[in-house]
Amino acid sequence: MNFSLTKEQTLFLQMIRAFVENEVKPLAAEIDEEERFPLETVQKMAQIGLMGIPFSVEYGGAGGDNILYSMAVEELSKACGTTGVIVSAHTSLCAAPIYEFGTEEQKQKYLPKLCSGEWIGAFGLTEPNAGTDASAQQTTAILNGDHYILNGSKIFITNAAYAHIYIVMAMTDKSQGTRGISAFIVERDTPGFSIGKKEKKMGIRGSATCELIFENCIIPKENLLGKVGGGFALAMKTLDGGRIGIASQALGIAQGAMDETVKYVKERKQFGKPIGQFQNTQFQLADLDAKIEASRLLVRVAAYKKDMKLPYSVEAARAKLFAAETSMEVTSKAVQFHGGYGYTREYSVERMMRDAKITEIYEGTSEVQRMVIAASLLK
Amino acid sequence: MKIIVCIKQVPDTTEIKLNPETGTMIRDGVPSIMNPDDKGGLEMALSLKDQFGAHVTVITMGPAQADQILREAFAMGVDRAIHLTDKRFAGADTLATSNAISGALRNLEYDLIITGRQAIDGDTAQVGPQIAELLDLPQVTYVEDLQFENGTFTIRKANEEGYQMVQVEAPCLITVLASANQPRYMSVNGIMTAYKKEVEVWGFEQITVDETKLGLKGSPTRVHKSFSKGVKSAGQKYEVDPQMAVEIIMDKLKEKFII
Repeated sequence: MNFSLTKEQTLFLQMIRAFVENEVKPLAAEIDEEERFPLETVQKMAQIGLMGIPFSVEYGGAGGDNILYSMAVEELSKACGTTGVIVSAHTSLCAAPIYEFGTEEQKQKYLPKLCSGEWIGAFGLTEPNAGTDASAQQTTAILNGDHYILNGSKIFITNAAYAHIYIVMAMTDKSQGTRGISAFIVERDTPGFSIGKKEKKMGIRGSATCELIFENCIIPKENLLGKVGGGFALAMKTLDGGRIGIASQALGIAQGAMDETVKYVKERKQFGKPIGQFQNTQFQLADLDAKIEASRLLVRVAAYKKDMKLPYSVEAARAKLFAAETSMEVTSKAVQFHGGYGYTREYSVERMMRDAKITEIYEGTSEVQRMVIAASLLK
Repeated sequence: MKIIVCIKQVPDTTEIKLNPETGTMIRDGVPSIMNPDDKGGLEMALSLKDQFGAHVTVITMGPAQADQILREAFAMGVDRAIHLTDKRFAGADTLATSNAISGALRNLEYDLIITGRQAIDGDTAQVGPQIAELLDLPQVTYVEDLQFENGTFTIRKANEEGYQMVQVEAPCLITVLASANQPRYMSVNGIMTAYKKEVEVWGFEQITVDETKLGLKGSPTRVHKSFSKGVKSAGQKYEVDPQMAVEIIMDKLKEKFII
């Protein structure tokens, strides 16, 4: 067991910390305030290979791994939760299922453009009546000659408004239940496909979260991803990987709030001394720091197991559960440490607390993570 | 086009803290970085690579840990890296350093040699010009911008009043300012392959120079005395509105007979 950073990881952290400081942090408050998708940042990330970290060079990827990807999402999210989730959804929910389940033709067609960031990716599973109960899919896909016809809608889709490629689940045979769900690769300009309303959210407000609408949308047969009826399993496996991304995002937000708080309590004076000198502050910070580091280890273990091609579903659930709840606790306490200032938008902890909340909800709520963990204990 | 960029590993002086009692630098735990002016020079070379397919070599002289900046250069996109390291190079002042580096450059092909203007640890700005003299090359210092067309470099050179436009033909040497550009980030794939590439380690045997011109022996600089600059006491701090601030500043300037 080795907890040291490799030379490559050390160099990567040096690079990405400079990138975040210069390119991500200065925009974080602005894109939140304006609810604006940071396309310019995505282009800069694309130039240096951040849109295809864990994929092989053969498909245009950077030739990194999931540990490096986890570090990237963490570092981006320290300054900006929005930027973190853009990379996470693109990588884990769109490029990864094509990489893992796609045919050679699909990989050759889509991965180079996704990895280079020329195309942004998204994923559509959730529907108005299929949230945690994702099996209750109402979107249908009917085979008609050499194509499928999709009808229905998806909601809360990260990156939706700026994506070019969507991985979409639809019911191909209702009588088969979850085994009647299939996955499809949908291109942006497909006839019958459109983007619906944009959500007004509490946090990650720069992320373009929208509805996807399918009205007799014609998908070529070869855009079926995986097997007919294999879509539900594909979606669940994809979300296992996604949880590494979201756990990393939660971890980054928590660490970002912690860093801001440590700086603040050294400077803020009350009763004649910096508030960091009160034992109440110190003990609380110590507890939060331990939880953040525990989150980090849980995330890295899940990423490591994925890299080693070992089962990692439970590890990813643990990491996401613990990192998300830690993130909410840390950011909420960070606001408390900042007092009235922390409640204003002048201080970034206010945004971080709003951004943290979603990590307990999307890509499987904390309750879903508990279900996954408990099921593995009691099987 | 063949370009050689001379780079140096330096302590990150923005991270340096002073010991308040002795006034000396606390070097422990200070990260080492690629010297900023050198990084500006490297970016200039890589941009010529982007435009004209130039072949870019980086060279550094320093102890084993200087390997790190060569890996960083690989991750930014250079083609070749050479690490000059030998006990006989140790203790070199700027002249002995320039002798060693130009000794290596004599064994390499180049159209353009780029150095940073100066290193943030020594601030002498001597090595670049000395290398040019030793290799008998035309040199342009304080370069802010460079364009290449038909074998000629058109260069914008900063001076105290503004800038000068200069034309020079290859081969030549330029010294570049950090402010010339925004250096690119290392790419993720560049990082993943940086340690798989070979850094060529060159010692005395690989370079062409008289041994007496190297290291401490070859360094005419004698340090007469070194001392710490006294630490000034903290200034007075006023938190006042701009009008009041102007009055306070005016009073202070008058008090010191500056105005």
